[in-house]
Amino acid sequence: MKKYIIWGAQGAGLVLTILPAILVFQGYISNDLNKQLMFAGMAIWFGATLLKPAGAKS
Amino acid sequence: MLEKLSARLEDVQEFEKTAVPSTHLKSWKSFLGMYAGEHTAGTEFVIGPLFVAHGAGAADLIFGLLFGNILAVLSWAFLTGPIAVRERITLYFKLEKICGPRLTVLYNLVNALMFCFLAGSMIAVSATAIGIPFGLPMAKLTDWLPNSAGWVVAVMVVGLFTTVIAMLGYDQVSKMANIAAPWMILVFLASAIAVLPELGVTHISSFWEVAQTKIWSGVPLEGQSKFTFWHVLFFAWFCNMAMHIGMADMSILRYAKSWKSGFTVAGGVFVGHYMAWIASGILYAVFLQKTQSSLDFSPGPVAYYATGAVGAVCVIVAGWTTANPTIYRAGLAIQAVLPNSKTWKVTLIVGLITTLAACFPALVMRLLDFVALYGLLLMPMGAIIFIDVWVFPKLGLQSNLAAIRNSTWNWAAALTWFLTLGLAIFINQKFGVEIFFLGLPGWFIAAGLFILLNFIIQKKQA
Repeated sequence: MKKYIIWGAQGAGLVLTILPAILVFQGYISNDLNKQLMFAGMAIWFGATLLKPAGAKS
Repeated sequence: MLEKLSARLEDVQEFEKTAVPSTHLKSWKSFLGMYAGEHTAGTEFVIGPLFVAHGAGAADLIFGLLFGNILAVLSWAFLTGPIAVRERITLYFKLEKICGPRLTVLYNLVNALMFCFLAGSMIAVSATAIGIPFGLPMAKLTDWLPNSAGWVVAVMVVGLFTTVIAMLGYDQVSKMANIAAPWMILVFLASAIAVLPELGVTHISSFWEVAQTKIWSGVPLEGQSKFTFWHVLFFAWFCNMAMHIGMADMSILRYAKSWKSGFTVAGGVFVGHYMAWIASGILYAVFLQKTQSSLDFSPGPVAYYATGAVGAVCVIVAGWTTANPTIYRAGLAIQAVLPNSKTWKVTLIVGLITTLAACFPALVMRLLDFVALYGLLLMPMGAIIFIDVWVFPKLGLQSNLAAIRNSTWNWAAALTWFLTLGLAIFINQKFGVEIFFLGLPGWFIAAGLFILLNFIIQKKQA
């Protein structure tokens, strides 16, 4: 179960890294919001990856 | 804690003088992760903008990079991969067998120095991001010397951290690169997409027109030479020449289960040397537009402008994950010179030299020239290995001559190296051929010379 939560978190981290930039390009959100969302994505990605049990493959 | 770390360091086993055993072989996935991390590096934040500064045209850039990267992947797959898995020893041990220990020492010292400078440029790139919160004055395109004490401190912090990780060996390097790579690649892409509207791109259909007029306009910045399609193609092909044609990646790919793992480098170069160079070029174009073509040149602040703290962290991580394997490679080169010393101690010394070199912004500002020079200097030894492994058996010449004859200096190899470099300098000075174009004729000169000199020397000694 923990493994799937971590996979989900990793995926969310990556989506939060790329999706806001596309929304800025489309004119839906500002670049300031983009920066905040990307920061959250970075924190989630590294947090989830570092929490991943040793030996587990992504 | 210290005892644990010490025990871990003593256990680092890198098979410097033996073939990698089958129990230690790694699947292609391990190389994909490592190459993806390695080729999406701090230097990509410099090289992409330098193409813009040198006035590459949009079509020249897109197609030059495409064909150059294809040639680079083929070089890794068909030149380096097969020899690496056939021999399963380091480049340095192979050279010792062909060239003799004394010539190998000379090669290793040149190689290690080049690796130190290359890793130094990556550390310098990371340091430009470390300096943002402290308002450090950033270097200009024309700067060669450090411009503040704060800059030196920032470089020292990044350099020492990188060195400690590299000291822990290949597994740690691979682990770090794997963790950072997917996120880093997306940050490059996201940064460029987010700033496109500032250049006037509001729809994908308007990208090409903006690319031709505002990003890769074809007009070099003040004091920069003009780049053509051929500059871009040959740079993309030869920027890692020391690794593929020069055979340095024998030391990495010898862990591969199959020579086909050489193709995994495509995952690295097409992301790092294609998408990331294009992305960082776009970021730099926005910076130039904002600053009225200022000569300031610092990847950290440019990335920070585009994506805030994430951009700055990406610059730090990108520089760090590439400096790591480069310092590791330099450590292996020195290890071959000092075989009785511990790998981690050698890596520590190499890391300190690298950190010192990183203090000089010239490494970043002249990165394209340096990278081309570095490939050219080491390329002849790659040609020597290729000929020795594949051609000599067909010609009835002795392979691994120095090992067979218990010689410490192979004159055929030494003269091949020196004469090839001498001829390259001659072509450069006499005919004005730029350094980016010398690698290709240089390889054939080296191959021809090595065969000719071996016919003379081996027949004479027979």
